[in-house]
Amino acid sequence: MSANDLLQSATGFSLVVLSLSLVLTVVRIVRGPSLADRVLGLDMLVAIAIGFIAVIAVRTGFNLYIDIAIALGLVGFLATVAFARFILMRGTSPQRLEPAATPPGPRMAKRGKAGQAARRRRRGDR
Amino acid sequence: MKRAILILSMTLTWTAITGSVSALNLLLGLAVSALSLWLVREQVAAAGSNVRPLPFLLLCGLFFKELALSAIKVAFLVVQPRMRLKPGIFAYSLTVTRDFEITLLANLITLTPGTLSVDVSADRRILYVHALDCADPAALRHDIAHGFERRIREAFPL
Amino acid sequence: MGRESLAVESFAMESLASEPLGMGLAVVVAVLLVLGSLFSLLAAVGLLRFPDLYTRMHAASKAGSVGSGLLLIAAGLHALDGAILLRALAGFFFILLTAPISAHLLAKAAHHAGQRLHPISVTDQMPRERVGPKD
Repeated sequence: MSANDLLQSATGFSLVVLSLSLVLTVVRIVRGPSLADRVLGLDMLVAIAIGFIAVIAVRTGFNLYIDIAIALGLVGFLATVAFARFILMRGTSPQRLEPAATPPGPRMAKRGKAGQAARRRRRGDR
Repeated sequence: MKRAILILSMTLTWTAITGSVSALNLLLGLAVSALSLWLVREQVAAAGSNVRPLPFLLLCGLFFKELALSAIKVAFLVVQPRMRLKPGIFAYSLTVTRDFEITLLANLITLTPGTLSVDVSADRRILYVHALDCADPAALRHDIAHGFERRIREAFPL
Repeated sequence: MGRESLAVESFAMESLASEPLGMGLAVVVAVLLVLGSLFSLLAAVGLLRFPDLYTRMHAASKAGSVGSGLLLIAAGLHALDGAILLRALAGFFFILLTAPISAHLLAKAAHHAGQRLHPISVTDQMPRERVGPKD
């Protein structure tokens, strides 16, 4: 029984610490001076979310959560690669502002908190 | 022959991960691994080379050691109240030539203490590496050449 | 609420019924959980504290991937099932495989897009704009 108690307190501690790191990462996403900083923050957000899901898998005993975490890792990786391609294209194209400001809109808006950052960035860019 | 061993090991991995050894599941694993190998057949043919098992295991061991060290080093650097950083990007001239070797080296460099590969020049001769402490690029170059690059050449002989 | 408490209950019953998680394994899992979450926290702090994009990338790609990898391994060990442990290990390798690639792509893209290094940087031997054949 004490093994269960130990795991309960360990998972509780990890959940608190991971929530704190989620908040810190969101601060970086909101503040990040460039788009690349924000993309890096989103990548980090996904990594922390994977850890969060793993901790929840330990806490509840539902092992299916591990598969969800792996799938989330795949999606996060693809999103980061797509964003990197986008930065590469926008950085080298001569017309920097008009067409480039629209593509990230719907994609980022899907990700809840990131939508805020995207709006802020569009306001700040002009 | 080599392909058959690859398919067989992939099938074994499939059964281990799905957790059932029934005949149907084995057949499904066989089909999935053959299909996935067929999808990347050109890359497999291009990367085809012999692997020496013992140096390869040594490379893996070195990699995990360096990964643990690098995570701890970054963690210590972060908690210091005043960070002493001398970051910079230095050029490293490669001696490995094949694409998958360069990829492997770049990935290993990224996961080791204080270094992160940024780009490869178009002629695949120079790797640009960002370092947290770039005060002495010559020493860093020496470390890479005598650590990972030598091990990679040993593990994948031409 | 109801579903979650049910999950916790079924977990407790299952671990009591089949194989109560040994104290040794519980300690290992707990240590992995604490270490992994601390690495994730330090990566997030590094993301905030480092001066420019490239140094931030060091924190995210190393400490971040090690942190979530340790948490995944903890979940795999806790399951007491070879298949699930193998799956968690596969996830760990996947993270280790993809973290350097995404960091590399992002750094390359940012450098091409003209992102400068922080003024405290000592050298930048990488040519600007285009990596040309001239050197």
